[in-house]
Amino acid sequence: MLLIRCPYCEEERPELEFRGAGEAHIARPTNIAEISDEEFEAFFFLRDNPRGVTFERWRHIHGCGRFFNAARDTVSDKFITTYKAGEPKPDLDAVRGEKA
Amino acid sequence: MADAAMTKAERREPMAAAIFANEAVTVRAAAPASRLSLRAGSEAIAPLSSALGVDLPVRPKQTSTTGSRTAMWIGPDEWLVIDAGEADLMAAARGAEGIFSAVDISHRNVAFLVSGTGAATTLASACPHDLRLTSFPVGAAARTLLAKAEVVLWRQSETEWHVECWRSFAPYVFGLLREGAKDAALA
Amino acid sequence: MSQSFRIPGKGRLSPSRGLRFFFDGKAFDALEGDTVASALLANGVHLAGRSYKYHRPRGILTAGSEEPNALIGVSNTAATHVPNVRATVQEVHDGLVTRSQNRWPSLAFDLGAVNSLGAPFFSAGFYYKTFMWPKAAWKALYEPVIRQAAGLGVSPKEPDPDHYASRYEHCDVLVVGGGAVGLAAALAAANAGASVILCDEQAQCGGAMRHESGARISGRSGWDWAQDAVAQLKAMDNVRVLTRTTAFGYHTQNFVALAERVTDHLADGKDLPRERLWQVRAKRVILATGAIERQLVFGGNDLPGVMFANAARTYLNHYGVAAGRKVAVFTACDSAYGAAFDLARAGSAVAVIVDWRHDVPEDLSRQAQELGIKILAGHRVVQAKGRLRIASISVAHRDGGQERSFPVDSLIISGGWTPSVHLYSQSRGKVAWDADTQRFLPGDPVQDCVTVGACDGTDDLARGVAQGIEAGKAAATAAGHAGGDQPDVAVEACESYAGGLAGDAGQIKGKAFVDYQNDVTAKDIRQAVREGMHSIEHVKRFTTNGMASDQGKLSNMHGLAIAADSLGWPIPDVGLTTFRQPYTPVTFGTIVNHGRGDLFDVTRRTTIDGWAQDNGAVFEDVGNWKRARFFPQGGEDMHAAVNRECRTVREAAGLFDASTLGKIEVVGPDAGAFMDLMYTNPMSKLGVGKLRYGIMCREDGFVYDDGVVGRVAEDRFHVTTTTGGAPRVLHHMEDYLQTEFPHLKVWLTSVTEQWAVVAVQGPKAREIVAPFVSGVDLSTEAFPHMSMAECEVCGVPARLFRVSFTGETGFEINVPAAYGRSVWEILQARGAEFGACTYGTETMHVLRAEKGYIIVGQDTDGTVTPFDAGYGWAVAKKKKDFVGIRGLKRPDLVADGRKQLVGLTTSDPAMVLEEGAQIVADPNQPVPMTMIGHVTSSYWSENCGRSIALALVAGGRDRMGQTLHVPMPDRTIAVTVTEPVFFDPKGERLHG
Repeated sequence: MLLIRCPYCEEERPELEFRGAGEAHIARPTNIAEISDEEFEAFFFLRDNPRGVTFERWRHIHGCGRFFNAARDTVSDKFITTYKAGEPKPDLDAVRGEKA
Repeated sequence: MADAAMTKAERREPMAAAIFANEAVTVRAAAPASRLSLRAGSEAIAPLSSALGVDLPVRPKQTSTTGSRTAMWIGPDEWLVIDAGEADLMAAARGAEGIFSAVDISHRNVAFLVSGTGAATTLASACPHDLRLTSFPVGAAARTLLAKAEVVLWRQSETEWHVECWRSFAPYVFGLLREGAKDAALA
Repeated sequence: MSQSFRIPGKGRLSPSRGLRFFFDGKAFDALEGDTVASALLANGVHLAGRSYKYHRPRGILTAGSEEPNALIGVSNTAATHVPNVRATVQEVHDGLVTRSQNRWPSLAFDLGAVNSLGAPFFSAGFYYKTFMWPKAAWKALYEPVIRQAAGLGVSPKEPDPDHYASRYEHCDVLVVGGGAVGLAAALAAANAGASVILCDEQAQCGGAMRHESGARISGRSGWDWAQDAVAQLKAMDNVRVLTRTTAFGYHTQNFVALAERVTDHLADGKDLPRERLWQVRAKRVILATGAIERQLVFGGNDLPGVMFANAARTYLNHYGVAAGRKVAVFTACDSAYGAAFDLARAGSAVAVIVDWRHDVPEDLSRQAQELGIKILAGHRVVQAKGRLRIASISVAHRDGGQERSFPVDSLIISGGWTPSVHLYSQSRGKVAWDADTQRFLPGDPVQDCVTVGACDGTDDLARGVAQGIEAGKAAATAAGHAGGDQPDVAVEACESYAGGLAGDAGQIKGKAFVDYQNDVTAKDIRQAVREGMHSIEHVKRFTTNGMASDQGKLSNMHGLAIAADSLGWPIPDVGLTTFRQPYTPVTFGTIVNHGRGDLFDVTRRTTIDGWAQDNGAVFEDVGNWKRARFFPQGGEDMHAAVNRECRTVREAAGLFDASTLGKIEVVGPDAGAFMDLMYTNPMSKLGVGKLRYGIMCREDGFVYDDGVVGRVAEDRFHVTTTTGGAPRVLHHMEDYLQTEFPHLKVWLTSVTEQWAVVAVQGPKAREIVAPFVSGVDLSTEAFPHMSMAECEVCGVPARLFRVSFTGETGFEINVPAAYGRSVWEILQARGAEFGACTYGTETMHVLRAEKGYIIVGQDTDGTVTPFDAGYGWAVAKKKKDFVGIRGLKRPDLVADGRKQLVGLTTSDPAMVLEEGAQIVADPNQPVPMTMIGHVTSSYWSENCGRSIALALVAGGRDRMGQTLHVPMPDRTIAVTVTEPVFFDPKGERLHG
C-alpha cells in the first residue's frame, strides 16, 4: 500500500484513503460547445500513458476530499511530488534536488 | 382525524444501546448530537467562528472546543461541527455574514466512543492511519477509513476516541470495533 | 517405542513435561516444545509422507519452514483440519491429531508408488505431452484420475470455526529475523530510543544459535545469549517481539505483512484468534533473514533418514534427539562437520564424512581425527539405498572408480547455504551474482531497508553481529533517535559456513531430486534444456521446479546450476526466477481476518428497514443496501404479491421506503449556475419550491444518472440520485466543481442518510398524508405535481415533495432519519384505513415501466443519450454549456439508426419476455443473425392485464407498429413496437 502525501492535509496518508482520477493538466475547453471533433477527441479520449514520469490526478476521497495532482514514475511507482489542483506542473529537477 | 395533527413522531436510535467492554477497551454508542457540515472560504471563517461560538481551526487535523461544541478541520474548506446538546446549529450559522454552506447532518452521522488503554489498538485493527501520538495527538481529528467504512476519528484524550460514521454503517463499524476491542485486550 | 532416540542430557526441552499426540492414529510421546518432526524422530520415525508425483516415501529433511517433504494434515475436528502443514513447524500439544498425506491405503504400503514404475511417463513437461488424445478423454478420464492420484492434502469442506485478527502497526524499525544478528540490530535500535518490532518465524528467537554448538557470545553460549537478548528486548516499552510470526510480504514504502500464528501450538486456544495479520509500516526495515541450507543432488537423496546437517544438529542440540545411531555425512561445506562432531559426542557412530571438496580445513580434519571419524575428501555419495529408510550409501571418488558401501541409518547432507533474499527481492531490490562464493547476494536497496548477516552473505558471526548493531543504530538515527548506548555484544567464538555446491554431484544413479515437493529431478532439468528451454523461467514452468508451496527455497540454486551446466553458460546468464509473496504459505483466514460473515462487507439498512423485516419483506441487494423487494401476504409468491401491490397502488395507495435514494445538498450563491453545468436541464430556471426531473450526462454525452432536483432556496438545491449511483455522482460533481469550475461559490454535501424518505403514492395519497402535514396547503392548485416545501410532518421538520415515480398522485416525505420509522408507522396506520398497501422495489419497477420511466443502468447502459432514451425534452436548447453538450454533437451520436427506447408488446399477452433477450427484424435469416436491439425491462403488468417491455431498438421510433422478433432457445416470439408508455398515456393521474 502506497503512502501518498496530500498537499492539503500536509502529510502522508495511506493509499486506501485515495482514489486515482486519471491524467492531470487536461483543461476542459471553456468554449467546449464550439470545438471541432478532432479537438474533442484530443481532449476527451487521447491520453499519454507514458513509461516513466506521469502527471496524474488523485482525490483524497476518504480524507479531506480534495482533488490534487501528482508526478509519479510509472516504472518505480514512486511519487516524485504532489501539489494542489490548479497549480502549474512543478519543476521536477528542482524537486528531486530538494529530496536528495 | 382530529388527533392526527397532534401525532408526534418519536426519535428511534436502534444502536443507542450498543456496548462492548473488556479490561482494555469500552466501545459504546455516543448520545445523539447536533451536527453541521460547514463549507466556507477563508473570508467566512471569522464570522462563522463568532456566530457558532467556536473557532474554526485552519490547520489540518486540528479541532477546537468551546463548551459542548467542537469544530473539526476536515478539509481546507470543510469543518464538522458537533454540539453534544440539542443546539440548533443551523440557526446559529445562519446568522453569520459571508458566503458559506451549512448543512444539517445531525441524523446522517452517529458516533461511537472508544475508550481505554487499548482504544488506539482497537481502531488499528481496521484503520491504516498512523494513530500513534506523534502523528495523531490528543485533540486531532481526521476523516479516514475503518476497513470499508469511512469514519471521522477524533482523539479526545490519549485513551479516548470519538468515531463518527454514517448511520447505516453503524452496525458494521460497531462490529469492527468489537472485534478490534477483543483483540486489543490480547496483544 | 517411547522416545528411544531422545538422548538424556541433550537438548533444551524439559524431560518432565511430557505430552502425547497422534500420528496416523498411533499415539506418540513427546515433550513440551517439540515439533511434530522432532517428536517423530525422538520415536525413531523418519517416514513422514509420500511424495506428490511418484508417491516415494519421504522423511524429515529440515527443521524449519523450508521443509518440502514432511507435510502432514493436522486436525482436531473436520472443520479445523489443515492440510499440508510442515511437521517441522507444527508444535506438539497434548492430544494433537496429525496424519500423513498422499498415501493409500497406508504410509508404509502405498499403491500410488507404482507411479514410480511409470516414471518415464511423468518426466519433465509430461502435462504438455501426454493425455492429449483423444481430446474428450481429458475431462472424462485423465483429469479426474490425475487429480485423485496427485495433489497434496485435502481441504476441509466445512466453514472455518476459528477467528482471525488483524492489526495495522507503525514503527521506526522493523527487524525481520531473530537470530543473533537480528537481535543485535533490534537492541541497537531500541537502545537508541526507536520503536522496534522484531519478528521471527520460530517459537523462540535464536536463529542458527538453535543448532550451533560452537558459538559463544559475551561469555555464554550463542543460544543463552540470544535468550537473554530477547528478555532484554521484551522488557523495553518501545519494543514488540513477535515470535511464530512470518514476514511473508514486503510491499512498497516499507509496508510489510506479517502472519502471527497464535494458537496452533496450544491444546486449547480458548477465545484467542488462531492467527493475526500484522500490516506494519516501518520507517526502516532491517532484514536479518539468514540463509537456508540446501541439499546435495545425488541418487536417492530423498530417502527417509537423509537429513540436512543443520536439521540434524537442531534435533540433537535443541530437542535432544539423534537423527540416527549410525550416520554418515556428505557435504560440500564446513558447517556439516559440526553435525558429525556433535552426533559423535552424543553417542552416534559416524561411519564416514564424505566431502565433495578436495581440501578440508585443517582444524576440521584434526577434530575428526580426534573423534576417530574418517574423512573421504574429494569423494561423493553416488547413491543412497534403502526402501522406507536409508540402509546404505555407496561412495566413490569424485572422478569415478570403485564404489564402497557403508551401512547407515541416517545420512547428514549439506550442499552449502543459500542467502534468504526473498524479502529483499520482494522489496524490488536486485540481487547480484557473487562469483567467489557462487551465490546471489542483495545489491543496493531500493527501499529504506538494509540486509545484514547471512542473508547479506556475511557468514562470520562476529562480522554479522557488528553489521546488525551498525544497521540498528543507523536505522534509529534515520528515524530520528540518536541517543542511547550501543549494545555490548562480544562474539568470542563462531563456526565456519564456508564451501558449498550448486548443481548435481557427478554422474547420477537413481533419482536425484532437485525439487522434493514437486518431484523434479536433475534429469528433468537437463531434459528441459535439451528440449529447448533456455530461460530459467521456461525451465521452471516446463519442469515445475520451484513451483510448489516451498517456492524453490531448496531447489532454485540447484535448478539454475544444472540448467547453466547443461547450456554451458555461466549461472547469472540463465537468469533468476522472481521471488514472490508469500514467503511461506499463509492461510486465507489470516488474509481475510475480520472480513467474513457480517463484516465481509457493509450491509446498509434504512431506518425503516426494521419494520420491513418485522412485516415479512423479501429483500434484494442494491449496492450495499438491503431493499425490501416485495411484501408477501398469506403465502403469496412474488408474482402474486407484486400483482396485488401494483393493483392496490393504482386503486388506493401504497407506501414505499425510498430512503436509499442518494441525496446531495448543493449550497452557495452559484448553486444554480453549477446545476446548469451538471444537468442537461435548465436548472437555474427552477423556481424555489419546485421540483424538476434532471438528467446528468458524462462529457461524452451518455446518460450517467438521473433524479429529481428540488430548489429549497435561491442558493440551496436538494438533489436526488439513483440508489447505486449516489457515491459516484457526488464524486463526479466534486470533480467538476473542484477542478473545472473552482471559481463557482457552491459546496456539495451528501445528505443521503440525513433523511428517511417515505413515498406515498396513489389516488388516496393526499388523504393519507394531509392530516400530518403542518403549514402546507396540499391541494393540487396550491401544491401541484413537482412542488416541494419545507414544513413539519408528524411534528418533525420535513421536506415534502409532490412527486411520482408511479404515475399516480404522489408524495415523498423526507424526515430526519431517526424519525423515519415512527413517521412510517404513523402513515402505515393511516394508510390501512384507506386500503393502502406497502410495496417494494419490484412493484416500483413494474409501476414505473407501465409509465415508461427509465431506470439508469437498466434501460440505459453507458451508450445511451438522453435523446436515445426519449428524454430529449430534458436537454436544454439554450444553455451555452453543460457537461455533455459537446459529446452529444459527435457524429455517431446524431447519426440515424441509433438504438432508441421503445415499448414492446407480445402477441400473446401472457408471454413475458426475458430481460436481455436480443431482437431481430427477420427471424428466418441465417445464424449469426443481425441483432438490432435488446429487451431492457420486462414485466407482467397486472394493471394493463398483459405483459409489457421496454427495449433499445435500432431506429426504434421509426418502427412504431412494426413486428420484430425475439429468438429464444425454444421458440421465436413476435413482438410489436409501441410507445414506451403503457398506462395512463396522457398522465392525468399525476395531477389528481
